[in-house]
Formats: sequence, structure tokens, C-alpha cells
Amino acid sequence: MCLAVPGKVLSLEEAPEGEPKMARVDFAGVVKNICVDWLPDIQVGEYVIVHVGFALNKIDEKEALETLQLLREMGDIN
Amino acid sequence: MKYLDEYRDARLVKAYAEKIRQLTTDSWIIMEICGGQTHSILKYGLEELLPERLNIVHGPGCPVCVTPLEMIDKAISIAQTPEVIFSSFGDMLRVPGSTYDLLSVKAMGGDVRMVYSPMDAVKIAEANPDKKVVFFAIGFETTAPANAMAVLDAQRKGLENFSLLCSQVLVPPAIEAILSSPHSRVQGFLAAGHVCTVMGFEEYLPLVEKYQVPIVVTGFEPVDILEGIYLTVKQLEEGRHEVENQYRRVVRREGNPAAKSVMFEVFRTVDRNWRGIGTIPQSGLSLKEKYAQFDAEALFNVEKILTEESRECIAGEVLQGLKKPVDCPLFAKSCTPEHPVGAPMVSSEGACSAYFRYHKRSDVA
Ligand code: SF4
Repeated sequence: MCLAVPGKVLSLEEAPEGEPKMARVDFAGVVKNICVDWLPDIQVGEYVIVHVGFALNKIDEKEALETLQLLREMGDIN
Repeated sequence: MKYLDEYRDARLVKAYAEKIRQLTTDSWIIMEICGGQTHSILKYGLEELLPERLNIVHGPGCPVCVTPLEMIDKAISIAQTPEVIFSSFGDMLRVPGSTYDLLSVKAMGGDVRMVYSPMDAVKIAEANPDKKVVFFAIGFETTAPANAMAVLDAQRKGLENFSLLCSQVLVPPAIEAILSSPHSRVQGFLAAGHVCTVMGFEEYLPLVEKYQVPIVVTGFEPVDILEGIYLTVKQLEEGRHEVENQYRRVVRREGNPAAKSVMFEVFRTVDRNWRGIGTIPQSGLSLKEKYAQFDAEALFNVEKILTEESRECIAGEVLQGLKKPVDCPLFAKSCTPEHPVGAPMVSSEGACSAYFRYHKRSDVA
């Protein structure tokens, strides 16, 4: 139920006055219209985590790389 | 897919499990709160990779599972009203009420529809001005902001035929209820990563102090879960109790302020009944007074429906981590995903269904 999946922002739509901000988001080939209203500084090309049609937050690329690097070191593998 | 595959890497999973093995010198009981994590743990067989001394118990974090039977009966009663289009996330449709489920209402001619997003329910209301569209608003803090947006969207569009049947729940009060129970054996928690994506993790700081347990915000992929378990065991072994954030690529300390503000614009916290557990103070969300026109419970006059739970189903104990699904005498006998007795056998995130699907055959027989 709290499942949320990563997707890449392909384009931002022009939102009419008062309507929530929407984006086209790519989920490994499946493209959907997603509400990005809660991410004021979202940019094309960034990754977001999406739940029931809403982007909950951006995925922080730097944190992700650091975590993976640490994990690999922990696992003593490359 | 980027940000998925690398966290499912089998070599990393094995290497990580080995690190946990080396670290563990004592017996510990750790609870994952979220049903999504329960599903991953069973699906990837993570329990079998862990040392026997680590007991991973499954928590109440499956919104479908904790929705009280009487709420499902209320939903069924509303869905049977002639002018109603009843919409819901898919899993909810198969949960048995005291007589039948929502899918049976559909089979009998009711207009019951599965939607992917609460915004789809608003679109249905817009397209059907002569019908009353009700959305079954279940979920934790992850879903509540989306449900709130649906209300704001309906209001903006001036729709008078849209309402919510609210049965939303909050995670921190449930953790507190488990910790304060005299039966609790849980020594550390994996907090639900996507709830914290919205809420952040400051709410857990007082719990960690009061109950002296580690709480580690954890993601959903196998490598995430093993790292969450590793960090929890490390704290336990070292006698520490802190809030740590494993899911740093997505969760910030303050969560998402915009999503939180939408949620608290529309909803207020209320006491809520959790299926099999009972009422937990201030553990639910209902519509604020100023959005009362969107409250399906009042609109359809179903507030008085009260229902007794089945006596045989031990879902309450399963959801509090006191028992495992295999301890239930009905498990895989009279209760199966085809013919579920209780909600945890319906939802793919319910512990009973996850055990039925993925647990070692020897235990299922
Ligand atoms: S196996 Fe079925 S009856 Fe037993 S606890 Fe799970 S849902 Fe309830």
C-alpha cells in the first residue's frame, strides 16, 4: 500500500492557474502523468519517488551513490 | 531500472547478510512496521539468510489489514446505494465484510471501481454529475496527502458529488501502542521509509528516548532492508538507541513540508480503531469540520454500523508481532488467498498472504 517507485522526470507541464503542477514521468519505459506539486524546485532529468500518482520526494543522487559505495565496501566487492 | 536494480543485487544481499551474521552475538527481536517491507522480506527469503538468533517480526503496517471490519461493512452499505459509484484501491475490494466483499457488490450490479489514484476518483465524479462518487480513503501518512489533494481538487472544481470514506491511520501512535503493551517483546524497529518520505523522522526522537529502542528509517529493496537490520543490530549490540536513517536517498529529516501541509489542511488527528488491535488514541485522520461536506460516513448515515470481528482469526496478534501467521490454526487450511478469513490474507502486503506465497513449503504444510 505504501509502495512507491522511482521514475525519471521527462518534462514539466504548464499548470493552469490554481491547478496542481504535473509532469511526465518515465518508469522504465512506461510514461505517466504524475503530480509534482509538492516538489517546488523539481527539474527535468531528476528522479522522483512516486506513490498513487504523486511524487513524494526527489531521489538524492549523491546520497544514493555514497550509500552504494559504502555498501560495496562493506560487501568487499566491486 | 535505476535506483531499483542495484538494491536487488544478489551478491550484495549475500555479503550483507554475512556482515549481519558476524555482528550478531545475542538474540534480538526486530519489527518491520511496513507491509511493503514484510512482502520484500518474504519474497526475497531474507529471513533465511539471517542468523537464527535474529527474530524478525511483522508489524501492523498494512492499511488494508488494519481497516476494521465495520468500516468494510460501511463501505459495502454505501456501495449498494443505487446512485453511488464506489471507488477504491484494488486490494480493499476483496476484503471480506461480515457477509460479503465489495467485489460481490459489483457482481450484484453495484458500480464499484478500482482506481490507481484518488485523483482518478475525482475525475469520475466530474464525468458523472448525476452520480455520487465515494472514494475509500485508506492508507498511512504516505497516502493521506494524496487523499487530501483529491478533496482540495474536488472543492476547486466545485464538485458536490464527491466524498471520502475515511479510514486513515498513523504510524508513530501504533509504534507507541506496541511498545507500551505489557506483551511487547520488540527491541528495535525498522520505520517505514515512504511514511518518513512524507513525515520525516523527528516524531521518532521522543519514542527512542522514552522506550530506549533503536528506530531505523528503512527502504524497501532487499539491500535496503538488510542495511536497516544491520544498523538496528549494531545499535542493539552496542547498547545504543537512536533514530538512524538508512533510506537517505529519499528521506530527509523534515520529510516533505508541502505534502504535510496539504494533509493537515484537510485532516485532523482522531482516535481510531485498528482491526484486531483496538482503539489507539490519536492514531487516525478524519476530515476537518470545514471539509465535512466531503465526509461519506455522515452523508450516507452509516456511522452506526457496528460489527464483531471473527473469533478464530488471530490477525490482531499477528499484526502486533506476538504471533506469526503459521501459528494460526486456520492458516493455509480454511484461510487462503482464494478464500481469506482475515484481511492479512487478502492484501499482498499482509503477513499471512506473504507467508502463504513465499514461506518455506515445510512450514506451510
Ligand atoms: S491466517 Fe487467516 S485467519 Fe489466520 S490470522 Fe491470518 S488472516 Fe486471520
